[in-house]
Amino acid sequence: MGRRSVQLRLWAFVLLGVCTGFLATRTAWGQGGEPRTFAIRGAKVVPVSSAPLENATVVVSHGIITAVGTNVPIPADAWVIDGKGLTVYPGLIDGFTDVGVAAASSPAPAGDAGARQQPAISRGPEDRPATTPWRSAADEVNPGDPRVETWRLAGFTTVIAAPKGGMFPGQAAVLDLGGERAGDLVVKAPVAVPVSLQAPGGFRSFPGSVMGGIAYVRQVWLDTNWDIQANAVYEKNRRGVERPKYDRSDAALATALGKHAVVLLPANTSLQIRRALRLAEEWKLNAVLYGAQMGYEVAPEIAAKKMPVLVDLKWPEAEKDSDPEATPSLRTLRFRDRAPSSPAALSKAGVKFAFYSGGITAPKDLLPAVKKSIDAGLSPEAALRALTLSPAEIFGVADTLGSIENGKIANLVLADGDLFDKKTKVKIVFVDGRKYEVREVLRPTEPPKGDLTGKWKLSFATPQGQEEATADLSMQSDGTLTGSVASDRGTGSVFSGWVSGEKFSFTINIAIEGSSGDVVFTGTFEGTSMKGSIQAMGYTFEFSGTKPTRMAAVQAGGVE
Amino acid sequence: MKLRATILCFAAAFLLTAPGVLNANEKGTSGAAMDASAPVILIRNATILTVSHGTIDKGDILIKDGKIAAVGDTLKAPADAVVIDATGQFVSPGIIDCHSHIAVDGSVNEGSVSVSSMVNIADVLNSDDIAIYRDLAGGVTTANVLHGSANSIGGQTVVIKLRWGQPAANLPFEGALPGIKFALGENPKRSNFRVNGAPERYPATRMGVEETIRGAFTEARDYKKSWDDYDKRVAAGEKNAIPPRRNLKLDPLVEVLEGKRYVHAHCYREDEILMLLRVAKEFGFHVQTLQHVLEGYKVADEIAAAGTGASTFSDWWAYKVEAYDAIPYNAALMTRRGVLVSINSDDAAEATHLNQEAAKSIRYGGLTHDEALKMVTLNPAIQLGIEKRVGSIDIGKDADLAIYNHDPLSAYAIVQKTLIDGRVYFDREKELAARPALEKEKKDLLQKAKKKQDEEKKAAEKKPEEKKTEEKKPGEKKPEDKKSEEKKPEEKPIPPQGDAGLGGAR
Repeated sequence: MGRRSVQLRLWAFVLLGVCTGFLATRTAWGQGGEPRTFAIRGAKVVPVSSAPLENATVVVSHGIITAVGTNVPIPADAWVIDGKGLTVYPGLIDGFTDVGVAAASSPAPAGDAGARQQPAISRGPEDRPATTPWRSAADEVNPGDPRVETWRLAGFTTVIAAPKGGMFPGQAAVLDLGGERAGDLVVKAPVAVPVSLQAPGGFRSFPGSVMGGIAYVRQVWLDTNWDIQANAVYEKNRRGVERPKYDRSDAALATALGKHAVVLLPANTSLQIRRALRLAEEWKLNAVLYGAQMGYEVAPEIAAKKMPVLVDLKWPEAEKDSDPEATPSLRTLRFRDRAPSSPAALSKAGVKFAFYSGGITAPKDLLPAVKKSIDAGLSPEAALRALTLSPAEIFGVADTLGSIENGKIANLVLADGDLFDKKTKVKIVFVDGRKYEVREVLRPTEPPKGDLTGKWKLSFATPQGQEEATADLSMQSDGTLTGSVASDRGTGSVFSGWVSGEKFSFTINIAIEGSSGDVVFTGTFEGTSMKGSIQAMGYTFEFSGTKPTRMAAVQAGGVE
Repeated sequence: MKLRATILCFAAAFLLTAPGVLNANEKGTSGAAMDASAPVILIRNATILTVSHGTIDKGDILIKDGKIAAVGDTLKAPADAVVIDATGQFVSPGIIDCHSHIAVDGSVNEGSVSVSSMVNIADVLNSDDIAIYRDLAGGVTTANVLHGSANSIGGQTVVIKLRWGQPAANLPFEGALPGIKFALGENPKRSNFRVNGAPERYPATRMGVEETIRGAFTEARDYKKSWDDYDKRVAAGEKNAIPPRRNLKLDPLVEVLEGKRYVHAHCYREDEILMLLRVAKEFGFHVQTLQHVLEGYKVADEIAAAGTGASTFSDWWAYKVEAYDAIPYNAALMTRRGVLVSINSDDAAEATHLNQEAAKSIRYGGLTHDEALKMVTLNPAIQLGIEKRVGSIDIGKDADLAIYNHDPLSAYAIVQKTLIDGRVYFDREKELAARPALEKEKKDLLQKAKKKQDEEKKAAEKKPEEKKTEEKKPGEKKPEDKKSEEKKPEEKPIPPQGDAGLGGAR
């Protein structure tokens, strides 16, 4: 086979990839060709549920862990991954977040499109302010949430995700961070009903105070229980009895609690934690506290109530650019100093706890935040458990998640060292038995000269002739590129891209013979023209591109 | 002379409350766990202001199990007793503040509705509020913590002991009847301010305030009837009766009707005072106290006839139209007409010198020494229904005491020790001694934080490229930053903002 024919063949794949790149990264499933059986051989395995194994093998087949051990046969059809130098952990779990859940859509009121939107005024609990417990994370999964990928690349294969906003935002679900369609991500739903006591209303709208928030939530639980009780009586004997009025919130809460969803109560300071412990008891809730950063003061009290907690990993710190003259109180200073020691205190007291991302928005900050609690006395084993098996237990999915055991969902993290070591890098992540390789993100070195944002017409000569594609790019001020590459036959999304000076690079990932490969566009740009090369599988092709001005676009018969 | 004394007394009060200078919620100088049994204490050789039965010169007080076990001359103490030598000092019953807003987490007002009786101050007691310690340093041992006055019928209220260092659940005064705040006049009708973005709230007149209270109690009466009917049906053996829906707004009003909850009504003008007494009579409930009640002297006979207490300011007036007719003789005049009167603070700082506020009614109106001291001890105790436990130095009562270096009605009086349940919760000497260590701890923590910050900055400067891009990976867009902040569960208590002028709610 001559070089030309190799090129031809490769080009066919590249073009296929360019055209169906989107499908390649997101929807190659079900098209056949993708391996479904893997064997990670010769790795250190940390199952969490049992002692670590050296030089062990993990076999994954069709989304399930089918074998773990130092002496297990490798199936003939398995893709073998050399685990030398790698440590295999269970996929990490973010105990409470909205990663993977679409933001609420709030349609503007008719005829009032320009006006600033104010939430409706509530005049009491009966108006059900900021209450949408019927919303379900499972029904609002957004696989396109970019954080699904960034969280996954950081080793988080699973999240307990809930809709966001309000006092009863909606029901949380366990989501695996990989999948083609929304439904693919859902592991279990509902698993939790988060509650906020943060009253949104002020003097404007009920509730407007912390005590108002508590009173409101108390009334909602009373109403929910009344709903259950009254309907039970009514259904037995309807004739001649005034019917209990239907209430959407009560009905949704009754259903969720009936399915054993836990209730998440906010409690960060010791004041809030003690209060939440009391309220959970008064309200007879199967509750889990979230926040818990002052746990170092009250861990034994939490343990006495056998209350599980979720610890917010966004440790309190001095506000950026705060008044340098203003001195925080000693209590605040102590809190900032000691908050990371809470997990150790909780662990020592025997509290079941898990970590959650909380205020952390960059996934790279998650494990360093855990490391801080290790530095403050938490054992690495307990830290790992709080990222894996403990959240699985708290949310009732430990039968399928949280450890490396035969029969569990194949969520794995392969790292080149100890997970909590600063230098360690996550190399491969398995979600539901699908392999995701973690690539180094290419970084710009200088500020962009110009803006690459816009629709670019790309043309390139392939051995098969002249081809065209459109790159719809969006550049952020720091040079980060996102967007997609499209041709007549389909669209592919950019997973990594940057602009540095007048140079740029963006990469899409495509499937070639059941495996995946990157197609990298690199080059330079000036004004409305760009030129450069396309690299794939070690081969390089030239391309050029132009960004039609609006006028040109209109003359050409018009996009938009 | 008087002015100079006042200045001195304020200076003294400032020194006394100097923990504020430290601005730290440090505790533990004297806070002890409730479960450990209280020590036996003998206060020796003090001038004892019993309030109930005169003054004992050079007397002793024996405290056992948190109670006053004996009062008299040269008492014998058990060998293990802690002896407090109070030679030359004055012991008074702990000060009781009948109108306080300390120790509340978040706003003291649920200001969104005209009837906010569903909210309860007891739910949001904040044991970390430094005002507890400052008031303790002013001799206050008990406070009636009230909801604000933004509503005709406000939230449920709670009487607390200032047990600094104990968790919030241990603050409520055991067995004290809970209360509810009412408010009449300008604050509930909101004639003086508007909330941005909110439609105007009913009521807007004093007539409307009356109608709102009337409406709420009519509703409460119907609600009570629905429960009574239900109980009857169940008692008659009916199995398919659907119970009424619990209504947290009406439950406390039913308790008021049943005499299980005190009404503390914020009021100023004579007409609105009479209005409330009429409405209460009509619905058959009792108004336990009128708060502020600055025109009370005009209708003292009617207040006395209703058996209603009056809790007022010493000499605070003219800060708004409805306070124009206030006079400093109010407390004395009402007392002389047979009204049970207390003097309150409505303010954390004012509470630190309630003893001096009480003293003013000697100057204005000629009350006796004990009558004046009763205004901040026994009288508020009676008004709050806790006089069997506190308010005077009598055998069997709680050992809630304030030890002063001078007569508490003197401008020179400074609290040396404050005891609650026979425990020293404030000790001026220990407080002063503890400060250097706390100052040092604070300095060290600040330095540690700064060092860490500098290190992080240095690390960031070392590899600016990495830092720059890592800060913003694709997918971490601005809106998400905002999102996660909202999720942070109540990290900071919300300061009572937006209700300035209404929070303290005079």
